[in-house]
Amino acid sequence: MSNIHVTTTINGDETEYVCRPDESLLDVLRDRLGMSGTKEGCGTGDCGACSVTLDGRLVCSCLVMGAEVDGHKVETIEGMADGEDLHPLQQKFLEHAALQCGICTPGFLVAAQSLLERNLDPTETEVRYWLAGNLCRCTGYDKIVRAVLDTAKDMRKVAKKSSAKKTAKKGARHAA
Amino acid sequence: MPLDAKTSNDKKAFKSVGTSPIRPDGIDKVTGRARFGADMSAPGMLVGRILRSPHAHAKIKSIDTSKAEALPGVKAVITSADLPKYKDADEDILINIMARDRALYDGHTVAAVAAIDAAVAKKALKLIKVDYEIMPHVTDVDLAMLPNAPLVHPGRYDGMAENEHLALALQEQGKAKSKRKSTNIVSRYDFGHGDVKKGFKQADVIVEHEFTTEATHQGYIEPHACLANVSSDGSGELWVCTQGHFMVRDVCAALLGMDVSSLRVTPSEIGGGFGGKTTVFIEPVALALSRKAGRPVKVVMSREEVFRATGPTASSSIKVRLGAKKDGRFVAAEAVLKYQGGAFPGSPVEMGAMTAFACYDLANVKIVGYDVVTNRPKQAAYRAPGAPMSAFAVEGCVGELAEKLGMDPIELRKKNAAVEGTKSSYGPTFGPIGLVETLDAAKKHKNYKAKLGKNQGRGVASGFWFNFGGNTCVNINLNVDGTLALAVGTPDIGGSRASMCLMAAEELGIPYDDVRAIVADTSSLGYNDVTDGSRVTFASGLATINAARDCAAKLCKRAAQIWDIPADAVKWENGAAHPAGANAGDFPPLSIKELAGQAHSTGGPIAGHYEVNADGAGPSFATHVVDVEVDPETGATKVLRYLVVQDAGKAVHRAYVEGQFQGGAVQGIGWVLNEEYIYGEDGRLQNAGFLDYRIPVCSDVPMIDTVIVEVPNPGHPYGVRGVGETSIVPPLAAVANAVSAAIGVRATTLPMSPPRILEALKSKSA
Ligand code: FES
Ligand code: FES
Repeated sequence: MSNIHVTTTINGDETEYVCRPDESLLDVLRDRLGMSGTKEGCGTGDCGACSVTLDGRLVCSCLVMGAEVDGHKVETIEGMADGEDLHPLQQKFLEHAALQCGICTPGFLVAAQSLLERNLDPTETEVRYWLAGNLCRCTGYDKIVRAVLDTAKDMRKVAKKSSAKKTAKKGARHAA
Repeated sequence: MPLDAKTSNDKKAFKSVGTSPIRPDGIDKVTGRARFGADMSAPGMLVGRILRSPHAHAKIKSIDTSKAEALPGVKAVITSADLPKYKDADEDILINIMARDRALYDGHTVAAVAAIDAAVAKKALKLIKVDYEIMPHVTDVDLAMLPNAPLVHPGRYDGMAENEHLALALQEQGKAKSKRKSTNIVSRYDFGHGDVKKGFKQADVIVEHEFTTEATHQGYIEPHACLANVSSDGSGELWVCTQGHFMVRDVCAALLGMDVSSLRVTPSEIGGGFGGKTTVFIEPVALALSRKAGRPVKVVMSREEVFRATGPTASSSIKVRLGAKKDGRFVAAEAVLKYQGGAFPGSPVEMGAMTAFACYDLANVKIVGYDVVTNRPKQAAYRAPGAPMSAFAVEGCVGELAEKLGMDPIELRKKNAAVEGTKSSYGPTFGPIGLVETLDAAKKHKNYKAKLGKNQGRGVASGFWFNFGGNTCVNINLNVDGTLALAVGTPDIGGSRASMCLMAAEELGIPYDDVRAIVADTSSLGYNDVTDGSRVTFASGLATINAARDCAAKLCKRAAQIWDIPADAVKWENGAAHPAGANAGDFPPLSIKELAGQAHSTGGPIAGHYEVNADGAGPSFATHVVDVEVDPETGATKVLRYLVVQDAGKAVHRAYVEGQFQGGAVQGIGWVLNEEYIYGEDGRLQNAGFLDYRIPVCSDVPMIDTVIVEVPNPGHPYGVRGVGETSIVPPLAAVANAVSAAIGVRATTLPMSPPRILEALKSKSA
């Protein structure tokens, strides 16, 4: 089996690697690229610990081939914070004690971010069903769901303010 | 406060303790930087893989590894021949990590390889030829106890005592005596007091049922993983996800014939354990591979291996009889417990027996427990080992008794509840405990007053766990800027570093953020017992508090030296040394920062230590209330409301205490409704994956409401009781009682999966 050369974008950085045709994206991330923030809980698509996004779509990286992402965009937990600044979800997970052991946390964060990108006003039920592909054995999910709902609430406020500001600015400009 | 002060429960106002700050390891865990078991690598690292038996029971006639060894890229192949032979206490562990003459269960390790990459390692496993002779097997606990059952360890239990076990067991089953010499019953336990025969005679109502529970897995999301590196001088290093790195060091050194001092074990972050990571599986194998190959070897289990070869908990078969007067007072209680713990002795039946009736004040109680071996993986501890099953049976009978007597289930429990001074069913007399307080709080909670609709039912159950102290050693080093480096030896699974920081900060009167806790490796700290038995916040906490007091005493000495007054004329308060007493003189306080800054000129570094084999752990009781709705068409159960009320003694980090309550409850919900090990006729595990072994997902459960009760434990300076384990004791029974109420049939068989519930509904209408 000869290796395949792949060019892709990971967390905004152009990345090249070679991998075997039967190697999963998860193995490539962890073993070839040293990006061990994405976790393996099962390797069969059942736990969500390996969640990443591929062109903005939430996927289990253990079910995606490393060779498949050639020419596509991958986002992982390592790309979630903006330098020193945590993403609001990361901050809320800490404040709500939404992690105990923390092995499931990267997967939950990536999945939750993907939800909030689509729906900034989810109900508790919507959060629960969206996150049903991510297993957590420690928390009983209570604090995770609360953290996601609370983040959504804060982000809505910010969105509202900034759109209000934008309209205000626009208005001011018009007035001038 | 004097250093010899044992308790400061009366110190009512805590500053740090009882808050919920962000944990010190938090940022690493939300950014992906935290390094778990599988996240470490080393230069020249090889990949280790394990060959496992596909048979439930088979003689290993021969193993031919020559083809695998010849495969390019393979650097080592090992079998039991590469491990020393012992005939002592370690033998079971040794045989469990590598089968010797017989494979004892589906998934039992028979050989291992180390190769340059995973693909080569996988190929090599296929080239190992094992010649098996299949033997008869048994996986069911009741079948394993029959006189004609296939024997898991022929000849091993030929001794007298064990034959007596069989005779007694048969007698209790009403069966004829067996002539056979060996049995699969490896121990019998008896607990109780009073005269149950007499007691039952006084009873107005008697409830009696037989219950069964299936084996369930701890289900930690992180599979076992380690990285071993043995150098040519025989010394070794091991990076591993474990609940107890000192245990791993000692056991591995013993199994491999190494000096304890030549093995250094560093604990990784640990992705859940729940008791399942309190023993060794791959660690000695990785070390043996590394020793043979002369290179670092990383072994990571697949999820399938985790299910097939690591310890689930026991399955059980339990009979309970409970008698009461018309007014609800219990007069007699009796239970027979049979637990199978897999292919080796050690099922948690003893603890199941001890905890079964621990919630109640009973004049006449008798409990018998049998430890049974079968052809299944060796069980490992699972959160309150043994207790959830016996609580399921006992609390089921208590629930039915309440129905029969027409009494409120909380009132019935209150009437019989163990209180301070009660002689427990397992022997000791209780000190201050909080069961009644949990019952009162549960009754007051809004969930207990919620209206129930059609096909809905409410269940109540209480539970108990002993809690544990154990060997503990803590270091506190004062840094030059007045911050603290706190080193504990108990792996942090659920935020315990935060709790340790809170207690050190409390004791020294400094901000939480000035204390940074780490879990130190085996060469940096004295021996610490495993993180188990709900012991960490209690025992490491107690040691941390005392190490902080040691530190404070040394700081006072330095201040005394600076002020040139006697050391006992200085007291430590609010993060600073103060002159104390009439003759101390009038000096402005010296803060921890000032004293730390001057340490080098006042006698050198300042550090606090404490070592202890802690006793005085306070038991924790809980009461759970759950409402469910059962769909009569499909048999599916939906949990509508869930309430956990538990005594924490003193909650150090409130959010993580709640987290323990919630996590235990949801694991229990999985156990009662879905989870089970399913074995085929061939003795192979049929559902070794998260798709077929279904643990609760986010959409299966509601918010889990919690109430923290605080009845201080006099054995801890702040009153702390462990909380991790009790939370999984009541849920099986609470949910089963709720389902029974909803469908009008007593649920006695777990899990109560939809087909089982439909069957129960059918039997009712028939
Ligand atoms: S590791 Fe990919 S879903 Fe579990
Ligand atoms: S926090 Fe441990 S699995 Fe989620």
